[in-house]
Amino acid sequence: MPSLLFCGPKMAACGIVISIWGVIMLVMLGIFFSAKSAVLIEDVPFTEEDIRNDKNPPGTIYGLYNQVGINCFIAAAIYVAVGAVSLCQVRLNKRQEYMVT
Amino acid sequence: MGELFRSEEMTLAQLFLQSEAAYCCVSELGELGMVQFRDLNPDVNVFQRKFVNEVRRCEEMDRKLRFVEKEIKKANIPTVDTGENPEVPFPRDMIDLEATFEKLEIELKEINTNQEALKKNFLELTELKHILRRTQQFFDEMEDPALMEESSALMEGNEGGRGAPLRLGFVAGVISRERIPTFERMLWRVCRGNVFLRQAEIEDPLEDPATGDQVHKSVFIIFFQGDQLKNRVKKICEGFRASLYPCPETPQERKEMAAGVNTRIDDLQMVLNQTEDHRQRVLQAAAKTMRVWFIKVRKMKAIYHTLNLCNIDVTQKCLIAEVWCPVSDLDSIQFALRRGTERSGSTVPSILNRMTTKQTPPTFNKTNKFTSGFQNIVDAYGIGNYREINPAPYTIITFPFLFAVMFGDMGHGLLMTCAALYLVLRESRILSQKTDNEMFNMVFAGRYIILLMGIFSVYTGIIYNDCFSKSLNMFGSGWSVRPMFDPKRGNWTVDTLNENNVLQLDPAVPGVFGGPYPLGIDPIWNIATNKLTFLNSFKMKMSVILGVIHMLFGVSLSLFNHLYFKKPLNIFLGFIPEIVFMTSLFGYLVLLVFYKWTAYDASTSKDAPSLLIAFINMCLFNYGDTTNKPLYRGQMGIQIILVLIALACVPCMLIVKTMVLRRQHLWKRHLSQKREECPAENLEQSLEQTGVSSSTGLTQQGTQKFGGVRVGNGPTEDEAGIMDHDALSQHSEDGDEHAEEEPFNFGDVAVNQAIHTIEYCLGCISNTASYLRLWALSLAHAQLSEVLWTMVLHLGLSSRSGGGFFGLSIIFSAFATLTVCILLIMEGLSAFLHALRLHWVEFQNKFYTGQGFKFVPFSFESILEGRFDE
Repeated sequence: MPSLLFCGPKMAACGIVISIWGVIMLVMLGIFFSAKSAVLIEDVPFTEEDIRNDKNPPGTIYGLYNQVGINCFIAAAIYVAVGAVSLCQVRLNKRQEYMVT
Repeated sequence: MGELFRSEEMTLAQLFLQSEAAYCCVSELGELGMVQFRDLNPDVNVFQRKFVNEVRRCEEMDRKLRFVEKEIKKANIPTVDTGENPEVPFPRDMIDLEATFEKLEIELKEINTNQEALKKNFLELTELKHILRRTQQFFDEMEDPALMEESSALMEGNEGGRGAPLRLGFVAGVISRERIPTFERMLWRVCRGNVFLRQAEIEDPLEDPATGDQVHKSVFIIFFQGDQLKNRVKKICEGFRASLYPCPETPQERKEMAAGVNTRIDDLQMVLNQTEDHRQRVLQAAAKTMRVWFIKVRKMKAIYHTLNLCNIDVTQKCLIAEVWCPVSDLDSIQFALRRGTERSGSTVPSILNRMTTKQTPPTFNKTNKFTSGFQNIVDAYGIGNYREINPAPYTIITFPFLFAVMFGDMGHGLLMTCAALYLVLRESRILSQKTDNEMFNMVFAGRYIILLMGIFSVYTGIIYNDCFSKSLNMFGSGWSVRPMFDPKRGNWTVDTLNENNVLQLDPAVPGVFGGPYPLGIDPIWNIATNKLTFLNSFKMKMSVILGVIHMLFGVSLSLFNHLYFKKPLNIFLGFIPEIVFMTSLFGYLVLLVFYKWTAYDASTSKDAPSLLIAFINMCLFNYGDTTNKPLYRGQMGIQIILVLIALACVPCMLIVKTMVLRRQHLWKRHLSQKREECPAENLEQSLEQTGVSSSTGLTQQGTQKFGGVRVGNGPTEDEAGIMDHDALSQHSEDGDEHAEEEPFNFGDVAVNQAIHTIEYCLGCISNTASYLRLWALSLAHAQLSEVLWTMVLHLGLSSRSGGGFFGLSIIFSAFATLTVCILLIMEGLSAFLHALRLHWVEFQNKFYTGQGFKFVPFSFESILEGRFDE
């Protein structure tokens, strides 16, 4: 398998760092959104209508909270994948280094 | 204990080195790296010194090594860095080394010339080969019957077919490709279009033997008629540096020649390969020991250089060096000298003789890898005076703290801590890699500073309750909206909510404000619209408090300086008025801030006066202002007294000190006049007191003049002992005091004192204001991180569709990159810069002079790292 390697050692390291950070931060955000944190209300995409046409008052807003929270979890999962790929790249880079010297 | 807060105690010492042991002793001292040699023959030309010949030989060896190193680099052979530290070779081994390097250099040069000649030959042959191949094509085309017919048909039309076919001459050669167009044009113009040029490109580039570059070339052939044209063409070819080759005319000959050329090329290729192999072998062998050789030669050179600084005794038996060294390391220096003597096999020990001197010793602060970064911050402002209070230990805490006040964010602090932790934990590995990246090395040198800055930022982030501009609600907010709707207490209804965009909670309504948040700022402020009004007031007061404490601490440190240097006048007329001035104005202001925080609660806060206006009124003695109520009873009396005390301090510093200095001077002069009346008596007395014979007086002279006169008498019998001249020093100081009395210039002193006083008093005000940058920068940082959140991450989060995760994951990486670039690096640098300024200007000018000079020990380690260039 000649070219599974597509980025250099620095790029791979960068990917690992960003994905670790991303996983931690996005999972935390996901938890906070699922817990309906009041500080994050500004990031919930609700409109006037959501409040006025609500059958059982915070229901729609809570639904949106959950929606954003799930988005965060999925994004975190994407970063897990990115991290795994980067890790492979680091391994491959190292192996190549050994092969040259 | 004392050495942590001040620079090391230094002493001047003489080293008596036996000439046969001098080399080894100096080499041991170089390994130790604890002594700074003084140049004892500053007026002697570099070329007239004793060991100039040896230095020159070392330089020659160094040059040869550099030549070999260059060749090794060119051949792409890695040099091994085993990290070993070879011992200095003996002087007698120098000849061996020289011979080795000489042989190596000659061999390499020979190989190089041979290889170049061979390559040139090879190039010529290759070009010839290409010419033969290409021209074959040209000739074939010429003799193509179809073309022949065509041309003959034309000729017949024109000239009626008379005469034999013209006999054309030709020249063939090779020229570099970029010259072709001009070459062609030149030929055309000079020969008026009477020549015929054909050219073909050689596909593979050829190697230029002189430079080793790859050059693209073309084969050309020029047909012409007549000798004159031939000459012209040849001249042009010469002018364009084209290489011409003889090319036989008949196809038969050409074929034979091509065969011959090919066999010769094969032979040559073999020879070339062998030469290259040989060269590789030689270089590889050299590359293995290259580093060790370099270290050896550099060490030898450094030793001879140092020996050149020494004085040579008249008897030529010993060398005398003068060194600065820390008193605490005298034992290890002694030990190194003994080792050096043993190594050289000499029987006479080398002697270390402590001397007293009037000269200011260099400043030497011992550091380790943790403190060196902070010491560098202080040293960048100025090297401290000898034995002055060293601000570095305090900087270790205050610097990261002030930085963090401006950089308060848990998330950013955590990222910074992680980055610094990585550098700290992998430090040995990174150290062994030795990168040349200047930026990285700078960050790496400050890794412990960055680590502390990160940790402190996490702390201030918790206090500000900021994490990527969002608050964490860990303990539950103290505020509640519900009581506002309670008809008994609050006055809000559902209609109020519908009618107003912005509503303000009233803490005076019972139950709305349930008490302060246990740690830091209440998270409710994060979503309040009047967050800035609240935070600005808090952060401004906090900056003034921190600033006044920091400055008072700086002024108090000056007390320890005055105590240490025994200047009571500076304490009573400098330190005390200074600190009283500052506490009575700004210390009082800080007290007022704390008082205001504690004395007013939600119900009375409407009446709270403005501190700023109160403070201005205090300085203006304006107490008739009815809009600003007094903070407490009797405020007027206390404030008037405080301002008067502060004002009284100014003349103390400004005039009284100058007067006292003048008085002291006059008194001293009076005394010395008296003393001069009976000088002989006085001298006798002092000699009796100290009980030192006249030889000590000579020692004192010896330091200054340094003749070889005094070596024989005295300390040589002592076996490597430290001669302690404490008694002598007292005597000499007494004696020299009135001789070296600096002239007292009343005008100078008065102006200096006036400048100092004005600077201090105005500085108190402007410096306090300057600490407001703590507030300004922390505000800027908080706002910037909030902008980044709402402008970038908000876009990713606020998507109503289920596919929002895709945008979120892309936007998150943008957010991460921007956070690192703008908030961590850019904002971090600006906060660093401001923290630096607060230390250099606001803190250190209260006590730190910083006009000393640095102790630069003779050490192989620093020489090998190239830090010490001469």
